[in-house]
Amino acid sequence: MSPALIAVLPFLGALLPALLIRSGRDVAAVASATATGIALLGLCLHIPAILSGEVILARFDWLPALGLNANFRIDGLGLLFGILILGIGLLIQLYARFYLSARDDAGAFYTYLMLFQGAMMGIVLSDNILLLLVFWELTSLSSFLLIGFWSHLPEGRQGARMALTVTGMGGLSMIAGMLILGNIAGGYDLTTILAAREAVQASPLYLPALLLILLGAFTKSAQFPFHFWLPHAMAAPTPVSAYLHSATMVKAGIFLLARLWPVLSGTPEWFWIVTLTGLATMVMGAWIAIFRDDLKSLLAFSTVSHLGLITMLLGMGTEGAAIAAMFHIVAHATFKAALFMVAGIVDHETGTRSLARLGGLRRAMPLTFAIAAVAALSMAGIPPLNGFLSKEMMLEQASLTPWLAALATLGALFSVCYSLRFVWGVFMGPPRIDGHDPGPGLWLAPAFLAMLVVLIGLLPNTLVGWLVTAASGTVTAGHPHPHFALWHGLTPALGLSVIAVLGGAALLALGPRGFALPDAKRVFDALTRGAEAAARVVTDRFTNGSMARAFVGFTLSVLLCAAWAFSTGDYSGPTRPMLPIQPVPLIGWAALMIATGGMVAFHRHRMLALVMVGVVGLIVSGMFLYLSAPDLALTQISVEVVTVILLLLALNFLPKRTALESRDRKRGFDAFVAVLGGVGFGALAYVVMRGGFAFPPISEYMLANSYKLGGGDNVVNVILVDFRGYDTFGEITVLGIAALAIFALTETLMTGASAARLAAWQYDMPRAGARHPLMLVVVTRLILPMMLVVGLYIFLRGHNMPGGGFVAGLIVSIALVSQYMASGHAWAEQRNRFPYHALIGAGVIAAGVTGIGAWFAGLPFLTSTFGYVKLPGIEKFELASAMGFDLGVFLCVVGAVMLALDSLARIARAAGGQVSPSPMDVDPSRGNA
Amino acid sequence: MEALLASAIGAMTAAAIYLILRRRSFAVVLGTTMLSYAINLFLFATGRLVVDRPPILRAGASYTDPLPQALVLTAIVISFGMTAVTVMMALGAFLEGGDDRVDMPKDDREPPR
Repeated sequence: MSPALIAVLPFLGALLPALLIRSGRDVAAVASATATGIALLGLCLHIPAILSGEVILARFDWLPALGLNANFRIDGLGLLFGILILGIGLLIQLYARFYLSARDDAGAFYTYLMLFQGAMMGIVLSDNILLLLVFWELTSLSSFLLIGFWSHLPEGRQGARMALTVTGMGGLSMIAGMLILGNIAGGYDLTTILAAREAVQASPLYLPALLLILLGAFTKSAQFPFHFWLPHAMAAPTPVSAYLHSATMVKAGIFLLARLWPVLSGTPEWFWIVTLTGLATMVMGAWIAIFRDDLKSLLAFSTVSHLGLITMLLGMGTEGAAIAAMFHIVAHATFKAALFMVAGIVDHETGTRSLARLGGLRRAMPLTFAIAAVAALSMAGIPPLNGFLSKEMMLEQASLTPWLAALATLGALFSVCYSLRFVWGVFMGPPRIDGHDPGPGLWLAPAFLAMLVVLIGLLPNTLVGWLVTAASGTVTAGHPHPHFALWHGLTPALGLSVIAVLGGAALLALGPRGFALPDAKRVFDALTRGAEAAARVVTDRFTNGSMARAFVGFTLSVLLCAAWAFSTGDYSGPTRPMLPIQPVPLIGWAALMIATGGMVAFHRHRMLALVMVGVVGLIVSGMFLYLSAPDLALTQISVEVVTVILLLLALNFLPKRTALESRDRKRGFDAFVAVLGGVGFGALAYVVMRGGFAFPPISEYMLANSYKLGGGDNVVNVILVDFRGYDTFGEITVLGIAALAIFALTETLMTGASAARLAAWQYDMPRAGARHPLMLVVVTRLILPMMLVVGLYIFLRGHNMPGGGFVAGLIVSIALVSQYMASGHAWAEQRNRFPYHALIGAGVIAAGVTGIGAWFAGLPFLTSTFGYVKLPGIEKFELASAMGFDLGVFLCVVGAVMLALDSLARIARAAGGQVSPSPMDVDPSRGNA
Repeated sequence: MEALLASAIGAMTAAAIYLILRRRSFAVVLGTTMLSYAINLFLFATGRLVVDRPPILRAGASYTDPLPQALVLTAIVISFGMTAVTVMMALGAFLEGGDDRVDMPKDDREPPR
């Protein structure tokens, strides 16, 4: 099975539970487990190839220009983690089925779980570090959903937020680190990076990259001082804790350290930072775990401690340490998942996880006791269990350095203490609480893991030796040949181990007293509150609810940036000669200046200002015409018409005059800012127009190929429907969405306070005598067909002459709107057979289908083709597939413009009172109505 | 000609900014309309000014740059959509609240504690 498919399968599986939950939680659980199982099977099929040293690759270009490729690989390391993620995932799915209560939404739970599983698989199978980052962020997001699954509990919400904040922050820093790393290595594919060890370590940016990446890994793997989120994440349902904190989420940071080990390790920086962080985390986590009262909290700190242990091993940088780390990853996943499940069972059966209340359950829950004892003794490192093997290997590595050996032994000693306390506190001593063993649904999964704990301890080489060998081979980029055995003779490591076990037991017997550590949550909360307050101060300073203030700030800062950019650039004066000034454009310019000035002067008289806007728009379209842009002139003038109609309709329900309210000084300041902005923008326009092109315009290509490739002479139209068709597709979609938003706004205005206001509307201007003037009605009805024909003509000629879908759509809209204006909304509405929403939808679909049509010819989306058609009776004419696209543009423009105006007209109707559905209709059968 | 167009763009921008700084919604709508004229003209001008050479292919002639024209064409239509939405919002705010001020009322400015 392709590595890509293995990574994607859990995501596909995530769809099933949400859909199938109506058939019951059994079906949902089985469906998600099936997806996991198939992925696991697919992964296992690769085992022989990987053991023989192969790396399975699957490559897809995603965004090659960014170096982001959807490349997947399976090597020894990925195999080990993949088996853990999917294998433990299967057990968790079984356990969760019986753990969740009837009130929990199991469909959502399994969906989140599968999303998380997919994200984890993506991390371990990515062959591209940018892709890996995408999955990395996905694990943060999906674990947020899982940790906060019981969203009715405040601890759940807070824990989820904290986990997201800490790991998300680490993720951000890791993005920066990975970008630096890829930049040094000259590519973002792991294959490239893994081969660039010398270049990376010699680079001056090695240390920043290392620090940033380590920050990401340490936050994810809960290393000191970022360990505090993990215990708070225990508010999650126990299956989530068992999954996230044994085999997956927190191991992602470890995985990353192992993945980048060949590139980053071996330097003193790596050794000191990683080893010391790991060591500190191991000792501190273990010490705190001894004093926790809540079972899950105890396990959480023990997880922190064991993650520290693995981190420390990876920091040492030797082959033996890497092997020990890989072995401990497997061992820890098995016993810790089992212990979490046991904690869940105890909680489920007795109703508490508090060690202060538990005790003496060995008789009542013998099976749970057996599982817990095996797993906890393995955690303590007692032979012949798998935890003993990894602890021996760890101590053997540490014993090479005396101070390291001492601290590592101390960590192991604490570990023995809290492991024994876990078993002792819950199961030994006099019975203090009732309980009994659960059904097989709950104990099967931990029992299976406990069995593995024993078997791996007894037969390490047969069961996991090959897997650990393959994984550590990937990590060290070498060919290790480890041999795992319980008995190595009387080594120093054995001595340290004996000290740890005896010391741990003695410490427990002494009943140690802890000292209060500062509550990390309080510190975290204070920090987030501080950040929030600072953000609020800054935000309030810039936006205090006054739009003018924000806009002035924006204008001035843009001007400042522009002035700074211009003064630091090297501008050497105009290079293009000016065009001569002709009399007609000069008159147009003067009219424009007068209209603009008039608009500012009379803007409080809104009708007059609207007339001025019309004048300005008209002159702008004249400018376009004069300056060789007939298409723009056509579009501008028709848009002008609909805009003025729209504003007129709106003005019907707005005050006709603007009250004077700004003080003189304020207005003077506004005018100053406005003039500054105008002068700046005008000067920029002047400089641009008088300068030459910085590089040859890309439109040379479009001019040269417009006819050859697009089959049209009107290059602007060919660009719109062909060369840049994708942009146009987006634009008509946006236009459609804008119109639908207007429609939705109107719907809300038809109810509530505004509806009441409209119903009692009193027009503040005298009404015209005739609502539907005879001449206007007759003329608009007469010219409707002519206008439609003009629209059709403009549409058809668009490919070769000025015109096209945009202009034609506007012209047809104007034709229709004039009917509304002359004969009334009711009359026009009655005769309208196509709802405007449907026109918008049809337009977008028509454009999309035309684009997809290119796929059938094996060409990319929106590639157009054209040919010539000869029909009897008319001349030979050209038919381009781009016409279908232009038709979509046309429909969308008509639909959007009409829907917007129609919405305003509906408001008018709500306030209008009596309307006649048949103004000026001559129909003898109605009599003299 | 370049000076004429640049001064026209400048004047329209100044008028637009002044109108947007008013406190009533209709003036702001007019201001954004003016601003989109100015910006459309500016974008168009980046293709440099050429007279009598529309980008309609005929044998042997030279043409003005068609790309800014295509960009501006869609921009004109989109700015209509934008104007329509803002007008509708202004109208909605006026009908709901009986007031066409654009600023947040003083009482609402205090951040929630």
